[in-house]
Amino acid sequence: MTRDQDSGAKQALSGRRAFLGLAAAGLGGVLIAPGIHLMEVAQAAAPGAAPVGASAKVRWGLLIDTTRCASGCSDCVSACNTENGLATPTRPTDAQWIRKVEIKSIQTGRTQSLPVMCQHCAEPPCVDVCPTGASFKRADGIVLVDRHSCIGCRYCVMACPYQARSFVHEALAEQKPEVPRGKGCVEGCTLCVHRIDGGGQPACVEACAKAGHHAMLFGDLNDADSEIARRVREVASKQLRPDLMLDPGVRYQGLA
Amino acid sequence: MKPVGRALLRRLTAALACALLASGACAQAAGASRVPKPVIEPARGEACVADPDFMRRNHMQLLKHQRDETVHLGVRDARASLKGCIECHASATSGSVAQAPSDFCVSCHSFTAVKLDCFECHASKPGKAMPPAGHPKPGAGMTRPLNALRLPTSEPVR
Repeated sequence: MTRDQDSGAKQALSGRRAFLGLAAAGLGGVLIAPGIHLMEVAQAAAPGAAPVGASAKVRWGLLIDTTRCASGCSDCVSACNTENGLATPTRPTDAQWIRKVEIKSIQTGRTQSLPVMCQHCAEPPCVDVCPTGASFKRADGIVLVDRHSCIGCRYCVMACPYQARSFVHEALAEQKPEVPRGKGCVEGCTLCVHRIDGGGQPACVEACAKAGHHAMLFGDLNDADSEIARRVREVASKQLRPDLMLDPGVRYQGLA
Repeated sequence: MKPVGRALLRRLTAALACALLASGACAQAAGASRVPKPVIEPARGEACVADPDFMRRNHMQLLKHQRDETVHLGVRDARASLKGCIECHASATSGSVAQAPSDFCVSCHSFTAVKLDCFECHASKPGKAMPPAGHPKPGAGMTRPLNALRLPTSEPVR
């Protein structure tokens, strides 16, 4: 390549660079100039209105006080079944979103009772292994299955260390309008996402409070003023299998 | 002819006669058409989210768009939600959009021979409105206005 050709090529390149730079600046201007992003233009209903949809500023979580959880009480389980239209499990293959676990220390003989459900991990392995993207984490930290794209491969069932996912083996009828479920899909605790979106709290938490145990507390872990954030800050609580570093949104208090 | 063969022939003739009779009755009911026309029951609401012509061609696009917004972004009670469709279009007799052959969704889908599998998972009947329970601290964005339905301005998808 001669010197002339070389400089010509350089000029062309610099021209292209300048154009790209200008384009980027222009695009950036469109995006940022009035303090709003294009994404927000699409979502904004009215100036000053609350943002639509799940917010990434929120991290929904549960704090379960195992010292208050009564052995033999399964109100949370039955509330979950009623709320989500699940039949009471009679076979090991039946869907189950929450279960009561009784544990006993071999050394001391101390027994504890606690509910275990989807732990709504910040780094969910079920999402990592899903081949279709059906298993996903919502912006507010809730881990869900999009049944429209679930192919029922059950990789997530195997990947979940908490055994929180179930597979629906048989055709269902009489589903709840708020909770569509069907044969051939994997499902798990949704943290009663339909209630949360309406400003409510999960059915299990409500049932626990109704039974007078108040062992379950639901709230926004990111909001420093929330009751759950205060309790997590003040009282020792644990995540199940912290060694896996999945950062679950469900924490247990009094678990030893 | 063997007796077995004769019995079979008799049975076949009987079946053919039955089929002819049935098809005749069907044609009469549907106004001399071979295929029964879809039954469109009057809906409950004042007006649909868009013109009937647009909805007939594009309801699936609206529903698909909305389902992703609802499942992934948590946008509930939007105008184009399946729940909204069911609330207006559920039959007065069966209370459903997909139970009886004359129900809103089923009658059209069988006329056009398009398989309808929404209701293998979704309830085909309207449910009762859920009263929101006490919330510890409703975060911003948890109460939302109706999501404005943005309809395409170009020619409907065919």
